[in-house]
Amino acid sequence: MLTMLEYEFMRNAFAASAIVGIVAGAVGYFLVLRGQTFAGHALAHVGFPGATGAALVGLSPFFGLTAFTLAAGIGIGLLGERAHRDVAIGIVLTLSLGLGLLFLHFYTTNAAQATSVLFGNVLGIGFRTVLVLAAMAIVTLAALTLIARPLLFASLQPELAEAKGVNLELVSTLFMVIVAVATAEATQIVGVLLVFALMVAPAATALHLTRGVLAGVVVSILIAVAIAWASLVLAYFTDWPTSFFITALGALGYLSAGAASRLRAA
Amino acid sequence: MNAVGFDQVTLAYGGRRVLTGVSFAIVQGEFVALLGANGSGKTTILRAILGLVRPQGGTITVLDKPPRRGNPVIGYVPQLRRGSVQTSISGLDLVAGATGGHRWGWPVASATEKVAAWKALEQVGATDIARRPFDRLSGGERQRILIAQALTGEPKLLLLDEPLISLDAGHQRTIIELAREIGQRLGIAVIFCSHDINPLLKAADKVLYVGNGKAAVGKVDEVISGPVLSGLYGTPIHVVHVEGRIFVMADGIELEGHAHAHDA
Repeated sequence: MLTMLEYEFMRNAFAASAIVGIVAGAVGYFLVLRGQTFAGHALAHVGFPGATGAALVGLSPFFGLTAFTLAAGIGIGLLGERAHRDVAIGIVLTLSLGLGLLFLHFYTTNAAQATSVLFGNVLGIGFRTVLVLAAMAIVTLAALTLIARPLLFASLQPELAEAKGVNLELVSTLFMVIVAVATAEATQIVGVLLVFALMVAPAATALHLTRGVLAGVVVSILIAVAIAWASLVLAYFTDWPTSFFITALGALGYLSAGAASRLRAA
Repeated sequence: MNAVGFDQVTLAYGGRRVLTGVSFAIVQGEFVALLGANGSGKTTILRAILGLVRPQGGTITVLDKPPRRGNPVIGYVPQLRRGSVQTSISGLDLVAGATGGHRWGWPVASATEKVAAWKALEQVGATDIARRPFDRLSGGERQRILIAQALTGEPKLLLLDEPLISLDAGHQRTIIELAREIGQRLGIAVIFCSHDINPLLKAADKVLYVGNGKAAVGKVDEVISGPVLSGLYGTPIHVVHVEGRIFVMADGIELEGHAHAHDA
C-alpha cells in the first residue's frame, strides 16, 4: 500500500488534500453554523469563468478562480441579507457557468481542462501548487482565528451581538472573504461543482457529533482530511475518480452521523 | 436619576415612522411594562435605547448620557425567534461567550469570563441546567440562560424583548417574577416588553403603552383606560375587565394580536 507514496503525484495529492481538508473543515464548520452553506456553492460557481477566462488569456486558472471567488465573496458579504434572493443568485450562477463554458469554447487546446476545473484533478497537482495551497491555508486559518469569537457570537445571536458592539457587516464580509479563499482551495481537489463535498459534508457531520466549538472544528477537520485521504487510496486501487469517493464518503458520513444522533435522541 | 429619558423623540424603522414626538421618563429602579400591539414600535424603542437606531428628532438619554452602540451599562435580552439560536452549545458557554463576544480572537472564555458567567447563572437560578445543550432546554429554561447573558456586565438597566412569547402561563409568571426580583436586588430599572398586557398587570410599577406612533406613560390604571387609549389612537377604545383580565378593544376587535414574531 505504501508503494503509492513512491510516486511524486501521489505525495503531492496527499499533501494538498490534507491542507485543503484542514481549511475546508475549519471554515466549513462556521459556514454550516451560520446557515450559509449555499454561499460556498455559489462562490465556487462564480470561480468557474475566472478559471477558464484566466486560461484563455494565458494566466494560471487557479489565480483567475481565486480572484473571482474573492470578488464574489466581498460582494455577498457587502450585500448581506439582500444576497439571499434565490432567483438573483440562481441567475448569477448559471450566467457564471455559461460564461465559463464560452471561455472554454475559445480555449480548445486542452479538452481535459473543463473536467478538471468542474470536478477537480487532485492527482494533477504539482509541488508548486502544494506550496501555494499551504501559504493560502496559513493566511486563511490565521484570519479565521482572529475573527472566530465575534463571528460565533454574531452567528448565534445577531441582535445581542449588535447591541454589544459587534459590527455585523464587517464580521460577515471578512468571513465571506475567508470562505472565498477556502472555496478556491477546495476546487483544486474536488472542482467547482463538488465544493459542497469538502466544505459542508464534514462540517455538518461534525456538528451532529460534537457540542463545543473547538471540538466541532477539530472533528470537522479530521473528517475532511480522513475523507480526502481515504478517497485517494480508494482511487489509487480502483482507478475511479477521487472526487467521486470524496462525495460518496461525505454523504455516507453525514447520513450515518444523522442516524446516530437520532438514535441517541430516541 | 432617570434610567431612560425620551424627549420629543421621533423614530423610524425601515423607512416607516413608528414614533412621533414621544416623551417619557423611566426612573432608576422601576419595573416598566412596555406594551403595545405587534408592530407598534416596542423593539424600535429598545433598539434606540441601545444606540442601534438613531432618532430622527428629539433626544434620548440613558442614565443621563446619550445612547451609544455597545453600551456596557445595558443588559439586553433580544426576542427569541423561532429557529434562532439553534445550537448544541451549552448555556454556560453561551453566557461566557457573550461577555466578551465583541473582542477579536478565538472563542475561548477566560477565567474571569467563566466566573462572571457562573455568577450570572446563579442569579437566575440556572446553574443546574448550565451545562446542558441550549437546544435541549425548554422555553422557560432558555429565557433564564438569555437573562443570565444580560446580567454578566453588571448592568444598570435591563431590557427584555418579548420574553414571554411561546411560554405557558406558569413559566410566564416565573420569568416576570425573576425579572422583577433581579431589578429590585440590583436596584436597576427593568423594561419588560410584551404584546400581552395581562401577565404583567400585577408586576409592573409603570406602563409605557405605544400605539399609533404615540406613547402613554403612568400607572397601569392610569394608562390602560378607555379615555387615555382613545386619545392615543384617535378612535374610541374600550378597556374591558373580565375576571381579572384586561382586553383592549377597538370596534369589538381585540387590539393586542396574538403571539407572532415581528421586527418592529
